[in-house]
Amino acid sequence: MVLATSETNRAAPAPESRGTPVRVEHLDAWYGQHHAISGVTFDMAPGTVTAIIGPSGCGKSTLVRCLNRMHEVTPGARARGGVLIGDTDIYSPYADPVAVRSMVGMVFQKPNPFPMMSVYDNVAAGPRLRGWRMRRAEMDDLVERNLRRAALWDEVKDKLSRSGAALSGGQQQRLCIARTLATDPSVILMDEPCSALDPIATYKIEELIRELAHDVTIVIVTHNMQQASRVSEHTAFMLAGDDGVGRLVEFSTTERVFTMPKDPRTEAYITGRFG
Amino acid sequence: MAMQALPLTAIPARHRVASRRRVTERVIVGLLGLATLASIAVLVAILSYVIVRGVPALNIDFFTQRPRPVGEAGGGVQPALVGTLVLAAISGLIAIPTGIAAAIFVVEYRSGRFAAPVRFAAELISGLPSIVIGVFVWAFLVRGLIGHFAALAGGVSLAVIMIPIVARTVEEVLRLVPNSLREAALALGAPKWKVILRVVLPTARAGVITAAVLAVARAAGETAPLLLTALGNDFFSTDLLRPIGALPIQIYRYAVSPYDDWHTKAWGASLVLVVVIGIIGLALRVVARQRVR
Repeated sequence: MVLATSETNRAAPAPESRGTPVRVEHLDAWYGQHHAISGVTFDMAPGTVTAIIGPSGCGKSTLVRCLNRMHEVTPGARARGGVLIGDTDIYSPYADPVAVRSMVGMVFQKPNPFPMMSVYDNVAAGPRLRGWRMRRAEMDDLVERNLRRAALWDEVKDKLSRSGAALSGGQQQRLCIARTLATDPSVILMDEPCSALDPIATYKIEELIRELAHDVTIVIVTHNMQQASRVSEHTAFMLAGDDGVGRLVEFSTTERVFTMPKDPRTEAYITGRFG
Repeated sequence: MAMQALPLTAIPARHRVASRRRVTERVIVGLLGLATLASIAVLVAILSYVIVRGVPALNIDFFTQRPRPVGEAGGGVQPALVGTLVLAAISGLIAIPTGIAAAIFVVEYRSGRFAAPVRFAAELISGLPSIVIGVFVWAFLVRGLIGHFAALAGGVSLAVIMIPIVARTVEEVLRLVPNSLREAALALGAPKWKVILRVVLPTARAGVITAAVLAVARAAGETAPLLLTALGNDFFSTDLLRPIGALPIQIYRYAVSPYDDWHTKAWGASLVLVVVIGIIGLALRVVARQRVR
C-alpha cells in the first residue's frame, strides 16, 4: 500500500549522495497498551543527516528503533505502518527483521562494545555473526578499513587484541560505529550517541557523522539542539500530546526549523521554553 | 589528598557522632565478623582434620590398587577413584548441556510465561531428597530398562540432581548479561541463536563454568542415590552397563566397618574425594578458558 506523503515532509536529495533514501509513512508504534508514536510521516534523502529532537518521552527513540525493526525486540512492543529503506518495505509481511538489520545499522546511547571480545573481534563481530566467509587477510583489511572510517585506527592499531571495554568512552563509541560500519549498512541510526560522552569525544563523533554522511543516510536522535544544528541537514521535531502519544510536529531543513519554525510548539522548544 | 584533622571543638555538637550510635555500629560489625569467622573456622576445621587423618593412608598403592579383604595389608581405592571420574563424566555430559539449554530457553525465549513454573520445578527437584531420586532411577533403569545395577544408572541419577543446579545458576548469570549487548548483536543483523551462542554465552562464561563446577562438586559427593544405582564395585571397571565403584560409596563401606585399618582408609578416601572435586573444578575452568581463544 502506497500512502500519500505530505509535501512539507519531503526532503530534497543531496546531489552526489550514495546512501539509500528512507521513507516513513503513517508509522504507529505501541508498547503493550501504550500508544507511543502515531502517524509519523517523513522522507530522508540519500546521504543526508536527519536529526530527531524533542523532549524526553516524545517517542524519538521508539521512532528510530522502528526503522530497523528493533522496536519489536522489546516484549509486547509492536509497530504498524510503512518504512521504506530504498525500495524495501521493512514492515511488509515478507520482510525478515534479521535481513532488515543488516541494511540498517544502529549505534546506541551507551557505548556497548562486546566486553569479552578484543577491539579487532568487535569490528569483525558483524561479519562473523552473519556468517560471512572471509580469509584472515580479508578480515584484517576489513577491520583496518572500518577502524579508519571511524577515525579510530591511529589510536588503537597497537592494541587490537586488547578488550574493547578497556578503551575510553569516546573510543568505545567510535568502536561501536566501526563495528556497525563493518557490516556495510546503507542507513545508520544513532540514538543519542554522544549523551554519555565528554565534549571532545562528542566533537570527534560529530565530525565523523559529517564524514560518514557521504556514504550512508544517517538518523541521529539528540537532546542537544546545538548538535542537531551542527550535524544535520534536516530536523524532525517530535512532541507527545496530552494523550501521551508522540507525534511529528515539524519536519524541515535544519536551518528552517531553527530560524523560522512554522509551529509555535517547535519555537517554544528550541528557544528553551519547555522540555 | 592530605586533609587537616579538624579539632573536635570545630564540629558543631549536632554533627558529632553520638557515642551510643558508635558503640552500636561497633557491636554489629563485630557480630558480622564473628559470624564470618565461625563459618571459615568450620571449613578450616573440616579440611585440616580430613588432611590430618587422611594423609597417613596415602601411598602409591592407595591410588593404583583395588581394595583388599579384611586382614590383608595394603590395597587401595583405585576402582572407586576411576568410578567417581566416570560417573562425573556421564552426569556432567547429560546435565551440563541440558541445564544450560533449559536456562537459555527460559531466559532468552520464554522470559515471561515459562520462567516461574520452570524455576518452581527446578526448586522442587533440588528439594527432593537424593535418595528419592535414587529410588526413582532404580525403579526405571535398574529394575526396568537396563535390568541391573550399572554405572549409567548412577550417572543418570547424579544428572537428575545436577540439572536444576546448572539450570538455576545459569539462569541467574544469563539475566546478568546486559540487554544492550543482545541489542548490539541483533542490530548487527545476527540471527537470535547466534546472538545467544556467540555473544550471550561467552559474556556469561565465568558464571556458566561456576554453575558446572558447583553441580559436579555436589554430584561427586553424593552417596545415597549411587547405592541404589551404581552399587559400587571393588574391581576396576569402566563398563557403563556394569556396576561401578565411587569414592563416597567406598568411604561409607570403610567407615561403617569395625576395622581400624579401614577407618584410616576411609579418611584417606575422603581426602582423595575432596582433592578430586577440586581438580575437576580447576580442570573445567582451564578447559573453558582455552576454548575461547
